[in-house]
Formats: sequence, structure tokens, C-alpha cells
Amino acid sequence: MIWVAVITGSLGCLLLKVAGVAVPAEVLDRPVVRRIAGLLPLALLAALVAVQTFTANGHLLIDARAAGLGAAVVALLLRAPFLVVVATGAVVAAVVRALGWLP
Amino acid sequence: MVSSVPNSAPEPSTDSADRRAVLRDALGVGLATGAYGVSFGALAVAGGLSPLQAQVLSLVMFTGASQFALIGVLASGGGAVSAVLTSWLLGARNALYGLRLAPLLAVRGPRKLAAAHLTIDESTAMALGRLDREPEARLAFWATGLNVFFWWNLATLVGSLGASALGDPKVLGLDAAIPAGFVALLWPRLQDRQSRPLHLAVALAGAAVALSTTPWLPAGVPVLAAGVVAIVAGLRDPWSGRRRTS
Repeated sequence: MIWVAVITGSLGCLLLKVAGVAVPAEVLDRPVVRRIAGLLPLALLAALVAVQTFTANGHLLIDARAAGLGAAVVALLLRAPFLVVVATGAVVAAVVRALGWLP
Repeated sequence: MVSSVPNSAPEPSTDSADRRAVLRDALGVGLATGAYGVSFGALAVAGGLSPLQAQVLSLVMFTGASQFALIGVLASGGGAVSAVLTSWLLGARNALYGLRLAPLLAVRGPRKLAAAHLTIDESTAMALGRLDREPEARLAFWATGLNVFFWWNLATLVGSLGASALGDPKVLGLDAAIPAGFVALLWPRLQDRQSRPLHLAVALAGAAVALSTTPWLPAGVPVLAAGVVAIVAGLRDPWSGRRRTS
């Protein structure tokens, strides 16, 4: 099942790129299309942050990942590079879990 | 070195200095994206993909946010359909990048396919930032695209093989690394002062929709539901406040 997702997901994303350079401009170049495409990453990335931090198996909950997310935001406020942000989130969550503060 | 070029022959030397600057910037962007690539490879494996599957994503999908989304949805128990749809929705912006770049690049045949494949956030930003000088803009596109492709894929390999050697993802906090990665991808999109209120509102509404629908919808679908927020907000014309009829 993972392979199906990997291959169809990849081919679809490639096709979207090809469509951009191949389709006549009038089809896609509309303000409304541009606005929606610009806003989609915001809504989806924020939704992914929320779901990956505050839910598990269809339930809402707060666990060590919330502490990790908080630490990642602090790292971003301090202008840390991507890898440091990700590592900070992981380390803080692992520590909070190891100390038994949050599951 | 560049500053010591004599003024008597400015034309060719200035050009080649500019070209070198473009190539240097492209390498810098490539190396910086490599850092994302290591995280991507590691998180893909922590999320249950094999190193080969992670590599296929970096080679063929080759658009970071979509790749992170696909592994993120799969890792949280979402089905293949919602994982794929989320990656497509995030990849839709590349089509619009291609649209803007096509007149600049003016390529045909296999080069068109290569140009399409290299059309991502970084190469587009580097090219569109130099539109006043078209040869440089073209060079910036190709150099950035190829650099990012190379370093992103090498880094994915390093990250996935490195993570395979590690132990339980939960003990290492890798389940918290995925949302940390998403928030780092989201962050730069909230920095522009002018668009920040709208972007922040869309992001918060998207998160709220996803969380509130989580108990009712199968895993992965709440993220897609959040996409509706972007569509509704995008249908409204920000300049006139009127709803567009076309």
C-alpha cells in the first residue's frame, strides 16, 4: 500500500509540474486559481501540524509531541535552521517522555 | 577577486562575475535544502517507509512539502488515498510556478520535461528574483534546480540509511520531529507583513477544521478537509472584497 501511495503520489506531482509548463496559460492563469494555490499550503501544513501533534488514532490528546512542537516554535523564533528545528522538537519530546512528564 | 577587475573591460567580466554569483547562490540553496533532505529521509523511515521508497519520492515527486505530507499522513495511520491527495494539493502550486516560468525558459521536448521536474519553490524564487536579466534568470533556474535535486537526493539517502540504523522512533522523539518539520515549512509563509493576517487566519482555520473533524473522519481526511478553508478564502477577492463570479 505504501508503494501505491509513493508511486501515484509521485506521478501526480510530476504531472502537475508538467501541466504548468505545457498547458496554455489561459487555462490556469486566473487570479482565483493563483490565490487558492497560494493558500492551500498554509491550510494543509497547519492542519498537518495540528493533526500530527494533537491527535492519535482518531482522538484528540496532549502528549510529549506538544512539548516538542512548542520547542520547535521557540527554535524558529530564534531563527534556527530547519534541521535544528526538527532536532529540537524530537529531543524535547524524547526528554519529556523519558522524564514521564507527558506520555 | 571580483572587485579588483579593472574598469576598462567591464562588460564580459561583470557578466561572468554575475554568473559566478548565481552559481554560488545556487550551491548555497542546494546545500541548505540538503539539511531538509536529511530530516526527510530520517522521518520517512521513522514513518514506516523503506529507504528505497523515500528515495523514489525524492527522485520522482521531488517537491518537499508534498513529500513530507505523504509520509506524515501515512505515519499517522491515514490511508493511501488521503496521503496521495494531500501531496497533490500541496504540489498544485508547482503548476503555477511552471506557468510563470514557461515564457522565460522557452524550452521544448525533453528539456521541457526536465524544466518541469526542476520547477520547485527554490528554483522558481531564484529565477523570478532575476527577471530583469533573462540569461541570468535562466541560469539561476537551472543551477538552483539541479543543485537542489542533487543535494536533496543525496541527503535523503543519508537520512534514510541513518535512521534505519537507529532504534524505536518514539523513544527518540521522531514522532514529534514530523510536526516540527511541518511548522518549519509553514513558518516562512507567515513572515510577509502584508499577507500575514490572511495567511495566519487560513492556517489557524485549517488547523481548527482538521482537529474538529478528526473524531469523525478517517485518518488523513481531516487534513484534506482543511484544504476547503484555502478554497473558500481564495474564492474571495482580497482587493474588492466581492465574491468573484467567474
